[in-house]
Amino acid sequence: MEWLISLAIGVLTASGVYLTLRARTFPVVLGLTLLAYAVNIFLFAMGRLTVGLPAVIDKTAEAAQYSDPLPQALVLTAIVIAFGMTAFLIVLALKARGELGNDHVDGLDEAPHNNASKEAK
Amino acid sequence: MTSMTFLSFNLPIVALLPFFGAIFAAWASKINRLASAWVAALVTILALAFLAPSMALVFAGETLIQSWTWIPAIGLEFAFRLDGLALLFALLILVIGLLVILYARYYLSKKDSMGRFFAYLLMFMGSMLGIVLSENLIQMVVFWELTSLTSFLLISYWQHRQDARAGARMALVITGGGGLALLAGVLLLGYVVGSYNLTDVLAAGDLIRGHDLYLPILVLILLGVFTKSAQFPFHFWLPHAMAAPTPVSAYLHSATMVKAGIFLLARFFPVLSGTPEWTWLVGGAGLITFLLGAYFALFQNDIKGLLAYSTISHLGLITLLFGFGTQLAAVAAIFHIINHATFKASLFMVAGIIDHETGTRDMRRINGLFKYMPHTAILAMIAAAAMAGVPLLNGFLSKEMFFDQALTASNASVWAWAIPILVVLAAVFSVAYSLRFIHDVFFNGEPIDLPKTPHEPPRFMKIPVDLLVIICLAVGMIPMFTVAPILAVAVAGTLQTTPPEYSLAIWHGFNLPLLMSFVALLLGVLVYVMRKRLFAWHESGVAHWDARIIFNAVMGALGSFANKVTRSFDKGSLQNASVWVIATALLAGFIGFTSVSAPLFGDRVLMPVDGVSMLAIAILMVASVLTVAWHRKRLISLVMLGVVGLIISLMFVKFSAPDLALTQLSVEIVTVILLLLALYFLPQTTPKETCDLRVSRDIVIALLSGVGVTLLTMAVLTRDFSPISEYFLLNSVPGGGGTNVVNVILVDFRGTDTLGEIAVLALAGLGIFAMLQGMKLHAPERDTGGRLWNADLHPEIMQTLTRLLLPLMIMIAIYIFLRGHNLPGGGFIAGLIAAVALIVQYLSNGIAWTNDRLKFDMHWVIGFGLLIATGTGLVAMGLGYPFMTTAFTYLNWPVVGKFEVASAIAFDLGVFLVVVGATVMSLVELGKLSNESHQAPTQSKPQPKPQPKSQRKLEQEAN
Repeated sequence: MEWLISLAIGVLTASGVYLTLRARTFPVVLGLTLLAYAVNIFLFAMGRLTVGLPAVIDKTAEAAQYSDPLPQALVLTAIVIAFGMTAFLIVLALKARGELGNDHVDGLDEAPHNNASKEAK
Repeated sequence: MTSMTFLSFNLPIVALLPFFGAIFAAWASKINRLASAWVAALVTILALAFLAPSMALVFAGETLIQSWTWIPAIGLEFAFRLDGLALLFALLILVIGLLVILYARYYLSKKDSMGRFFAYLLMFMGSMLGIVLSENLIQMVVFWELTSLTSFLLISYWQHRQDARAGARMALVITGGGGLALLAGVLLLGYVVGSYNLTDVLAAGDLIRGHDLYLPILVLILLGVFTKSAQFPFHFWLPHAMAAPTPVSAYLHSATMVKAGIFLLARFFPVLSGTPEWTWLVGGAGLITFLLGAYFALFQNDIKGLLAYSTISHLGLITLLFGFGTQLAAVAAIFHIINHATFKASLFMVAGIIDHETGTRDMRRINGLFKYMPHTAILAMIAAAAMAGVPLLNGFLSKEMFFDQALTASNASVWAWAIPILVVLAAVFSVAYSLRFIHDVFFNGEPIDLPKTPHEPPRFMKIPVDLLVIICLAVGMIPMFTVAPILAVAVAGTLQTTPPEYSLAIWHGFNLPLLMSFVALLLGVLVYVMRKRLFAWHESGVAHWDARIIFNAVMGALGSFANKVTRSFDKGSLQNASVWVIATALLAGFIGFTSVSAPLFGDRVLMPVDGVSMLAIAILMVASVLTVAWHRKRLISLVMLGVVGLIISLMFVKFSAPDLALTQLSVEIVTVILLLLALYFLPQTTPKETCDLRVSRDIVIALLSGVGVTLLTMAVLTRDFSPISEYFLLNSVPGGGGTNVVNVILVDFRGTDTLGEIAVLALAGLGIFAMLQGMKLHAPERDTGGRLWNADLHPEIMQTLTRLLLPLMIMIAIYIFLRGHNLPGGGFIAGLIAAVALIVQYLSNGIAWTNDRLKFDMHWVIGFGLLIATGTGLVAMGLGYPFMTTAFTYLNWPVVGKFEVASAIAFDLGVFLVVVGATVMSLVELGKLSNESHQAPTQSKPQPKPQPKSQRKLEQEAN
C-alpha cells in the first residue's frame, strides 16, 4: 500500500510540476492545485497510514490506538488555505487577462498562430 | 512612594512619546498649518517633564535602570538606563530640539508641509532619545538605525530637489551601513560578555580588552561611530546633507545625529579604551578629521558648507580627545560636546536666517550685512568667536583643556611631538574660517546682487539663537555656576568611576596651552589676511578632490553588478523563474539523497494492498495524467482535476481521516465551481506550444520531481517514527474537553495557528473582492462549439430542488458544527457545507434573486468571524490566562441531553463565519462579474452594436 500512495504522490507531483511550467494562466492554476494535493497527501502520510483508527477518543476501548491527529490537523487547514490560494490566483489570472488582453503568464502574447488567424480574417 | 513607582517606567515614555507625538503632529497640520509646531513643542516639553523627576537621582550619583522581559530565551530585555552621560545627551536632544522647533516654525515657508516636517523631526528625536537611554545594546542598535532612517527623511525633506535626494541617500548608505557594522560589533560584544545589558558590559572592561575578539569588536563598533560622526574617511556625506532645511542641519549636526557616534565613543570608553589599537584608530581618525575639516571649511563659499566642514573638524577634535584615552581627555571631550552643540546650533540658525532674509548662502555675494541686521550679526559674532576659541567664551575653555591634553600626549612616543603642532595648525584654520564667517558676511563691503533686501528676521526666530548665545557666554564666563554640575555627572557616567580632579577656571596663569591659544589666534588672523593667495593655491589643486566621485563610482559599480546577477536569473519570465525554483529544489533533493549513507528504504512492515484501493489509486493516477494530457482542452482538464480531488477524499476516508475527507469533499466542490466560473472568461483552449525543446525539458523536470517525491515518501513510510501526538491524544479530553482530537488541536492546542490561517483566508476573500471591483471582462455568448452558453439560465427543476435542499443543508452544517468537538466535523467543514448550500442557491436561482433574500453582507460575516475568534482568545487573556486558553463545562439540554460547552466552540464559530464569508464572497463576486458582463448585451437593442476593438480581439483569441 505504501508504494501505491508514494507513486500516487509522485504522479500528482509530476503532473503538477509540468502544468506549473506552462505558459498560460489556467493550466498553471490547475498545476498548482495538483501540487497542493500532492503536498497535502505527503504531509498526511507523514503520520503513517492507518486503517479504521480515526483520532476520535473512544473511552470504552481499552488501550485504544489512533491515527496520528497532528498531520491531519495540519492538512485540514492546508486544504482550506490551498482553496483560498487557488481562488486568489484564478481571480488574479482574470484580472491579468482583463488588463493585458491575453492569458500568458508573462503578459506577452507571443503565440504566432493568433496573429495568423487575425490576418486570415 | 508615588515618585518611586513613577521612576520605574518613565524612561521608555520619554523615548517613545515623540513617536506617538509624530502621529499627532502629522494629523494636526490638517487643522492648522502651525498646529503641528505646537504639537511638536508640547510633546518635547512633555518628554522633558517625564524626564525631570529622575534627574535628582542621577545628580545623587545613581544609575536608573528600568527593564521588562522581551525575549528571555536569548537574554534580551527591553531595558532603559539613565546615568549622567545619558542625562546630558537627553537634555541636549530635548532642549536644543525645542529651540529648533520654535525656529523651524518661522523658517518653513507656506509651501512646505508643516505636518510632515514636525512628524519626521519628532520621530528623529525619539530615535535619538532611544539611543542614549537604552540599557540593552540590541535595542540601542535598533534606535541607531531608526536615526539613520529618520534623518534620511529629514535630509530629503525637500523631495523635489535632486541634491536633497542624493544627499539623503548618501547619508543613509553611509550611516546605515555603519549601523550594520555596529550591530555585528554589538553581537560579538554580547557574545564575549554573555549579556547585552550595558551594566554587564561596562563591568567587563578587562575581559573584553583581553579577549581574542577585541580587535574585531573595536573595528566594527568604530565603523558605526566613524560613519555616524562623519570621521575620515567617511566624512564626505555630511556636507552633502546640507541640502536639508537649515533647522534640520542645526539639529542633526550640532547636538544629535553626528553626536550619536561620539556618544557611543563615550559610552564604550571605559571598556574599549586604553589599548594601543584604540589610540591609533580613534586618535588617528580624529586627528586627520580635525585637520581636514578645518582646512576645507576655510575654502567653502556656501555658509552652510563652511559650518558643515567646521562640524566635521570639531567632531574630529572630540574623537581625538577620546583617542588620547586619559580620563582628563574624556572630561575635555564631554565639555566640548556641550560647547559645540550650543555654538554650532546657534551658527546654523544664523545661517538659516541669512539664507531666509537674503535668498542666498553664497559668501561671495553676502557682504556687509551688519548694518541690515545688527542684532543677528552680534549673535553670530559671539557664536563664531566661541567656535574660534576666543577667551571668555565656552569654546575657549574646552580648547584650553584640549591643548593641555595634546601636550600630555606628546610625551607618549618619539613621533608624538608632532601632535601639539598639528593641533595648533588645525586651530589656526579654525580661527581663520571663523573670522571669514564674521568678516565676509557682516562686513567686507556691500552685498552683491542679492535676490532680496535683507532685514532682521521675526523676533521669535531669533529667540533660540539669543538663548544659545547666552549659554555660550554664561558657560564661558562663569562655568562653575552653569555647566559644572551636569558636566560632573556626565563625566562620572562616562568613566563609570569617580571623576578625576579638573579645574574649570577661566584663568590658569601663563602656561603652554594659553600660549598655544594665542599663537592659533594670531596665525589664524594672519592666514585670513593672506587668504587671496591661499584661495588661488587651493583652487588650483585640492579643491577638486571630492570623495563623492569615489562614492558614486562604487555605488554605480555595485548597482550594475547587482543588476547583472539579477538579469542572469530573472529574464522577466515566470516560466523561467519557476524552472529555477524547481530545478534548485531537485538539486537540493539530489544532494540530500546522495549524501546520506543509510539505505534508501527502512524495514517497517508494509500494509497489504487491497483491490478497491488499487483501483481507486489507479483512477487517481490516470485522472492526474489526463489532467495534464488534455490540458489544452481546459474544460475536460478541469473535470479530470475534479476526479482527482474526489478520489483524494476517498483516500482520507480509507486512512482514518474523516475530518479531512469531509473537508476535501466540500472544498473540491467549491474549487471546481470557482474554476468553472473563471474559465467562462478565459480562452477555452490553450494554444499549442511552439517550442518542443521546452516541452521535453519540462517533461524531464516533471518526471524527475515525481520520482524524487515518490522515493522521499517511500523512504519515510518504510521507517518507524515516534510521533509527538501522544500529548494531544492524552490531553484532548481532560484538557480540551473534546474527543475529536483533530478538532481540539485546531481550536484549542494550536488555536493561534488556526487564527492565523483564517486570517489568511479572510485576506484572500477580501483580496478577490478588491480585484474584481469595477472589472469588466468580455463575456462570450457562445462556447467553442458554437452553442449558446445560456440556453436555460435557471432550470426550474433545479431551482425547486435546491430551494428544498437549503434548509436541509444548513441543518447538516449546524449539526456538523455542533458535534465537531467530539466527532468528525467542526467549523471548517460546517463552514464549507454552509457555503456550498448558499452557492447552490446563487447558481440555480441567480444572484439577484438570492441577494434579495439573503441580506448578509459577506464583509461583515468575515469581520465578525475574525472578531469572535480573536475575542475568544482575548477573553482568556483578560481572565489572566495565556492568549487562546480555553475552558469548558457540561450543560444538560432538554432534549439533546448532556452537552458539552467549550469556549472553543465560540472560536470555532469564528472559523465557521470566516470560511462561509470568504468562500461565498469569492464565488459570488465572480458570479456577479458574469452578471455585469452580460448587462451590456441584454440592455442593448436586438441589433448588436459594433464591439470595441479590444473586445473583439479578446473574442478572436478565445475562438
